[in-house]
Amino acid sequence: MAANSNLKTLLNGIIKENPIFVIMLGMCPTLGTTSSAINGLGMGLATTFVLLSSNVVISMLKNIIPDNVRIPSFVVVIAAFVTLVEMVMQAYVPALYESLGLFIPLIVVNCIVLGRAEAFAAKNTVVKSFFDGLGMGLGFTLALTLLGTTRELLGTGKVFSMTIFPENYGMLLFVLAPGAFIALAYLIAIFNKLKTTKN
Amino acid sequence: MTYILIFIGAVFVNNIVLSQFLGICPFLGVSKKIDTALGMSGAVAFVMTIATIVTFLVQVYVLEPLQIGYLQTISFILIIAALVQLVEIILKKISPALYQALGVFLPLITTNCTILGVAIMVIQKDFNLLQSVVFAISTALGFGLALILFAGIREQLNLVSLPRGMKGTPVALLVAGLLAMAFMGFAGIVK
Repeated sequence: MAANSNLKTLLNGIIKENPIFVIMLGMCPTLGTTSSAINGLGMGLATTFVLLSSNVVISMLKNIIPDNVRIPSFVVVIAAFVTLVEMVMQAYVPALYESLGLFIPLIVVNCIVLGRAEAFAAKNTVVKSFFDGLGMGLGFTLALTLLGTTRELLGTGKVFSMTIFPENYGMLLFVLAPGAFIALAYLIAIFNKLKTTKN
Repeated sequence: MTYILIFIGAVFVNNIVLSQFLGICPFLGVSKKIDTALGMSGAVAFVMTIATIVTFLVQVYVLEPLQIGYLQTISFILIIAALVQLVEIILKKISPALYQALGVFLPLITTNCTILGVAIMVIQKDFNLLQSVVFAISTALGFGLALILFAGIREQLNLVSLPRGMKGTPVALLVAGLLAMAFMGFAGIVK
């Protein structure tokens, strides 16, 4: 039973309450870092790590932190993990770190992370928060990778740098800023359509 | 001349919302009416200018001399959060009228990534204090410009009929995409 409900929490984040397609939080990195599939995946995994760790730590500390200062305390915990990710990425994947740039420190102000801390981790057990963080993170990663793949394919004819069709046929617009908005608009519209037909 | 270039660059060419993708949440969230868009832009301009000055001074006089640059993210976000609270309290005392206009938007600003984004950007670009201030004000103006343009379009958008799946966010994003395309026309004016 316990395993079952954990699985449910996990799937909740990936599909039913997908942070991008349903709750629509954390739009800035979604649009800003998805010019290619690999960037989207990298950003998604970095955010997943922060989400997971901060959820676990905050749910452990929830009884110690006084209610009045809970938001600043959450922010400090989150900022600490973001700094950690920043340093690790700089050391081991410098190319990805360069291309994500400003968006790595900005994970701190990603609404999903603070949102889950406040809405879930502050009220639930460590194990549940772990699965919630993992589910939300994977949902976020999935959405970012999907958007990145779409943009990279339409823009350059490649997916994860593998050529699908010649680059001459690509629409450069999709790699640039307007394409991000337009591609996401249609992905959400398709997601909405699928959801209404299912009901 | 540098200051004019910074201004044009931040308002039009590298518009913070439409080409750098920062501050998308308020851009989509408070752009349903022109009035709220104006209030939000005002609050952002106010906080962004003050926050940039303070974080810049902290970076130069505290973090760099002590060689603790890796604490940048933590210290900046705390400074911004504290500053927003402070501005809220001071505004309430000094200018109740302004507080009435901006009040509801102030708490939202802590998680507005434009503020932290600009604070980090001026450090990365190696600006001096005056350049940073000009950059912050121009960026805020650019944010306001995009937000108000977008709000104007969205007010009209309410009157058209759309396929069910496109209603709400998708069509708003589509409009933002077209706006971004229009702003691409400025590319090349300033590096």
